[in-house]
Amino acid sequence: MWQALRKELHPKGFELVTVGLDTLGDAGCRASIEAAKPEHPSLIDRHHALADLFGVINIPSSVWINEDGTIVRPAEAAPAPPQATPAPPRILPPGTPQRFRDIVAEATKIPKSPEAYHAALRDWVEHGAKSRFALRPDEVVARSRPRDNAKALGHAYFQLATQLEIDGHHAAAVQHFREAHRLVPDSWTFRRQAWSLEKVGDGPIARFWQGPNPEAPEAWPYEGDWLADICESGAENYNEPWRP
Amino acid sequence: MLLRSLRIPRSEFETGTGWTLKPHGACHGDVCIPLSQPSGDTIDVAAVAKDIGMPLAAAPEHGLWALGPASIGSRALASAQAPELTLPDLDGNEFHLSSLRGQKVLLYAWAPY
Repeated sequence: MWQALRKELHPKGFELVTVGLDTLGDAGCRASIEAAKPEHPSLIDRHHALADLFGVINIPSSVWINEDGTIVRPAEAAPAPPQATPAPPRILPPGTPQRFRDIVAEATKIPKSPEAYHAALRDWVEHGAKSRFALRPDEVVARSRPRDNAKALGHAYFQLATQLEIDGHHAAAVQHFREAHRLVPDSWTFRRQAWSLEKVGDGPIARFWQGPNPEAPEAWPYEGDWLADICESGAENYNEPWRP
Repeated sequence: MLLRSLRIPRSEFETGTGWTLKPHGACHGDVCIPLSQPSGDTIDVAAVAKDIGMPLAAAPEHGLWALGPASIGSRALASAQAPELTLPDLDGNEFHLSSLRGQKVLLYAWAPY
């Protein structure tokens, strides 16, 4: 969907850069990227540099940057382009675990409303700085995520955690992920990354389980999990509402 | 920025943090902060980080440290100037975001989980 949009807008001086945030690196991202066969730059971000540098706290999200390298919209939720024919409701195969059914049900409740976002994107590509959706530099800074010293320290712990995981020190990584979660409670990506490393089963949903293994729930090392956290915060609050 | 040592070459610190170390202090864009001791070719990371207000997290038992981002202005972005972003693609080729100057760019974050 994004690729079709990129193909259409590329002749107008637009480029899409996709960044896979995954500590597992190639091993985690390869299947999705190879299936998509991107013609645009498609990068791998094992330590979530996008969180440090741009304030990304959730996926999917986007940052708009103009021709001279000035950010005109800071990190915000980026819904997939609207489809002419709506996708049919997802049918889960028989035998799908209840937890996964619940996850899909909650994910479906996340408000998407892509129309306004994509109308704004096209307006910016067409009109550049004259577009009312291209924010002034002071507004870009003001709309970027709040970050105090404690949050900045949480980012440092997250980096330690990702490196410890890569180095094979999983238990130590978990400790540091927990510290990052405590210090940066508004980051979904910091939590989802850590949860996704606690695989349950071997199948395609192992990394989406993101919660206690029903056979050994006491072994779950984190305070929250995907389903518990989204039920607590409400799927409607998963992303901040889009603002023009 | 990840560190295997708390004493690193100045160039490594500058590339990793985006801060430039000048005789009168550490500078990032228009912002310059005085340093408590003049910086030589080798940087005492803990001291400079303290001056700039960058948090340092340590896992000394693994010989690993990490510098968190500065939090100037209490926002993720200190200015609207896009920071340099250098990341590899699937083939391991490093890509620099700045190579796309002259085009409008949509930087899109996703994850396979």
